[in-house]
Amino acid sequence: MAEAVSTQRKKIHPHKFTLWIGIGSIIMMFAGLTSAYIVKGSLPGFSSVTLPQIFYYSTAVMLISSFTMQWALKSFKERGMQQYRRLLTVTMILGITFIVMQITGFSHLWKAGTQLKGTSGAGQFLYVIFGLHAVHVLGGIIALIVMFIKAFSARIRNYNSVPVEVMSTYWHFVDLLWVYLFVFFLFKS
Amino acid sequence: MSHGHAEVLTSHEVHHDEHGAHHHQQSFISKYVFSQDHKIIAKQFLITGMIWAIIGGLMSVLFRLQLGYPDQTFPWLEDILGNWAKGGKITPENYYALVTMHGTILVFFVLTGGLSGTFANFLIPLQVGARDMASPMMNMLSYWFFFGGSIVMLSSLFIQTGPFSGGWTAYPPLSALGDASPGSKTGMDLWITAMAMFVVSSLLGGLNYVSTVLNLRTKGMSMTRLPLTIWALFFTAVLGILSFPVLLSGFILLLFDRHGGTSFYLSDIFIAGKSALPNEGGSAILYQHLFWFLGHPEVYIILLPAMGMASEILSVNSRKPIFGYMAMVGSLFAITILAFLVWAHHMFVTGLNPFLGSVFVLLTLLIAVPSAIKVFNWLTTIWKANIKFTPGMVFALGFVSLFISGGLTGIFLGNSTLDIHLHDTYFVIAHFHIVMGVSAFFGMFAGIYHWFPKMYGRYMNNTLAYIHFWVTLVGAYLIFWPMHYEGLAGMPRRYLDYSNWSSFNQFGDLNKFISTVAIIVFATQLLFVFNFFYSIFKGRKVTTLNPWGATTLEWTTPINPGHGNWDGEIPEVHRWAYDYSKDGHDFIPQTEPIGANESKH
Repeated sequence: MAEAVSTQRKKIHPHKFTLWIGIGSIIMMFAGLTSAYIVKGSLPGFSSVTLPQIFYYSTAVMLISSFTMQWALKSFKERGMQQYRRLLTVTMILGITFIVMQITGFSHLWKAGTQLKGTSGAGQFLYVIFGLHAVHVLGGIIALIVMFIKAFSARIRNYNSVPVEVMSTYWHFVDLLWVYLFVFFLFKS
Repeated sequence: MSHGHAEVLTSHEVHHDEHGAHHHQQSFISKYVFSQDHKIIAKQFLITGMIWAIIGGLMSVLFRLQLGYPDQTFPWLEDILGNWAKGGKITPENYYALVTMHGTILVFFVLTGGLSGTFANFLIPLQVGARDMASPMMNMLSYWFFFGGSIVMLSSLFIQTGPFSGGWTAYPPLSALGDASPGSKTGMDLWITAMAMFVVSSLLGGLNYVSTVLNLRTKGMSMTRLPLTIWALFFTAVLGILSFPVLLSGFILLLFDRHGGTSFYLSDIFIAGKSALPNEGGSAILYQHLFWFLGHPEVYIILLPAMGMASEILSVNSRKPIFGYMAMVGSLFAITILAFLVWAHHMFVTGLNPFLGSVFVLLTLLIAVPSAIKVFNWLTTIWKANIKFTPGMVFALGFVSLFISGGLTGIFLGNSTLDIHLHDTYFVIAHFHIVMGVSAFFGMFAGIYHWFPKMYGRYMNNTLAYIHFWVTLVGAYLIFWPMHYEGLAGMPRRYLDYSNWSSFNQFGDLNKFISTVAIIVFATQLLFVFNFFYSIFKGRKVTTLNPWGATTLEWTTPINPGHGNWDGEIPEVHRWAYDYSKDGHDFIPQTEPIGANESKH
C-alpha cells in the first residue's frame, strides 16, 4: 500500500490537475466569444469603440496583484506566515481595486454613448466579454477571502501549500486572460 | 485537509489500510441524499435520468397521437393536460412545446446527464481502482446542479405561457424575442437557466472524470490496460469540457439579446406587423455556429459511453478478447478530434459558402472510417464466439445493429448536395433517432443490465428483460424505418398536421402505424422501469463476487461495496482487461500476476 501511495505522490496533485483542465474549459469559453467577435467584426456596419484610459491602469493593477500573489506563495512555502498574510491581503485589495476600476471603465463608456441597446458593435461585445472576465476575477476574490479568513484564524494551523498553489495558478490565469482580452480589444476595435 | 470532509479525504490523502472497512454511522441524509460516494451519486443520476426519460418519452407519445390521428379528438387529453389540449386536441403551440421539450430532455437530461453521469460515476473509480473520484465534493455538486437544472426545466412545464417551444436547438429569433411566441417568454428564461445549470453540472463532473482517470489509477493500471469503457468515458468527458463552455458563451450572448437589447443575433425583425425592431447588424447564423460547436460533439458525448460499454459487454459475453484494442482506442480518439471539425454540416442550407461546405463534407465522411473500424472490431469480437446471451449482451448486440443502420444514413446526410433535398425532413429524424437516440439507449440498457448486480447486489428479471429487448428492438426499427421513406419523399419535420397536404396524404396510414408502435414501445419501457425498481428490493440475490466471469476490477470488490470500494488494500493490476479464453483459462482477472510462460500485455 505504501508503494501505491508513493507512486501516486510522484504525480501532479489531483486538485492542481483539475484546475488546469478547468482553465482549459474557461479558455474555450473565451475563445468562443472572441471568435464570435471576429466573425461579427468582419460584417458591414460593425461599430468600433475606444477603450477608456482606466483599462490601462487596471491592467497594471492586475499585473502587480499577480506579482504579490506569487510572492505570497513563496513566503508561504518558506513558512513566513506573517509576510504571507500581508501579501495575501494586498493581493485581495488589488483584486477588488481591479473590479472597481473595470466598473468605472464601463460607466465611462456608457456615459460616452456606448450602450447595450441597438445596433451590433464592439461595445456590446466589450461589456459581455470584460464583464464575464470580471466575474471570473470575482470568483478568485471570493477564494482569496476564504484563504484570508483561514490565514488569520487562530484555530487552524495548516502548512499544506496545495491550496495556495492552486490559488496562485488561477490568479495568474485570470491575469493573463485579462492581458489577452485587453490586447485583443486594443487591436480589434 | 483543504476542506472539512475528513472521512472522504482520507480515501486519497492517507490511504488507511482499514479504510474500506470503516462503517461509521451515517445518517440517511448524508448516505443517500447529500452523498459523496460515487456509487450513490451514480444511482442518483440514473434514477433522475429514468424519471426524465419517462416524462420525455410520454411527450413523444402525446405528439405521436396528434401525428397519427390528426382528425380525432381525445377528451382524456384535456383531463390530463388542461389548456394544452382544449377539446381533446393538442394546440399547435403546445405541439411545438412538446417537441421542443422532448428533444431537450432526451438529449441533455437523459442521454448526457443520465448516461455518462451514471456510468462515468459508477465505473471510473471501480474500474481504475480508486476509492472515489478526485474530488467527491465537486462530484456531489455536479449531481445537485443537475438536479437543480432539472427542477427549473420541469417547472417551465407548469407556467401559464408554457415551456419553450422554438425547437431544442433554441435558434434566435424565436429564442431571443419574448414576443415571438408564448413559449419564448418565461418558458425560455427557465430553459436557459436550467441549461446553464446543466452545463455547470457537466463541467464539474467532466473535470472530475478526467482527473480521476489520469491521476488515481491503481498500481500497475497503465493507460493501455484500461477497459474500453474507461477510455470511452474519458474521451466523453474531454469532449464535454471543451465544447460545453462554448455553448454557455452562446447562451450568455442570447441572454443579453433577450434582456439587454443587444444585437448579437438579431437584425431587421418585424413582429406582428409592428415597425421594425431597433436591433441591427446581428446574425442568427452566429448562434448556430456557437450552438453546433457544442451540438455536434454532444452527439458523441451521447454515443461514446454506449460504445465503450458495448465493447466491454460484447467481449465479456463472447468470452473472447476485444478485437483490436489499440484500434478501438485510436478510433475513439479519432472520433473525439473529428467531432470538433464537423459542426457546420448541420448548417449546409444556411447559405454556407459551398467551398467551406465541401470541406465539412470531407471531414464528416471521414468519421465513417473510425466508426467502421469500431463496427468491424465488434463483429470480429463476436465472430465464432461462444456467446452468452445475457440481457446485457443482447442489448449490446442491438446497439451494434442500430449503430450500423443509423450510421449508413449518416453518409447520405453528410453530403451537402443530398442534404439540400433531405434537410429538415423525416429522413433526418429517422437518422439521428436510430444512430444516437435508440442506439445510445441500447448502450445504456446494456450497461444497466450488466452492472445492476454490482449496483444493487441483485439481478434483474431475465424474462422481462428479453421481452423488453425484443419489443424495443423490433419497435425501434418499425418506428424509424418507415420515416426514411417519408423523408425521401420530402415530408418535412415539425408540422402539426399533414392531412391537407396532398403530397403526403399517402402517408396517413403509415403515420398511424408508427404512432401505434410508439405507444407499444413506450409501454414496454414501463415494464423495464418496473423490473428495475422491483429488482432493487426483490430481485434474485447475487451470491458470487464475479457473476459474469469478467476480468475487470469492479468484480473484485465485495458484493455490496461500501464507501471506499475495497476492504483493505486496492488490488494491484498486472495485465490488460481482456484476457478471455487464454492458455486454457476461461478468463484471467487483471489482478493475476503474469505467469512464467506468459507474454506480457
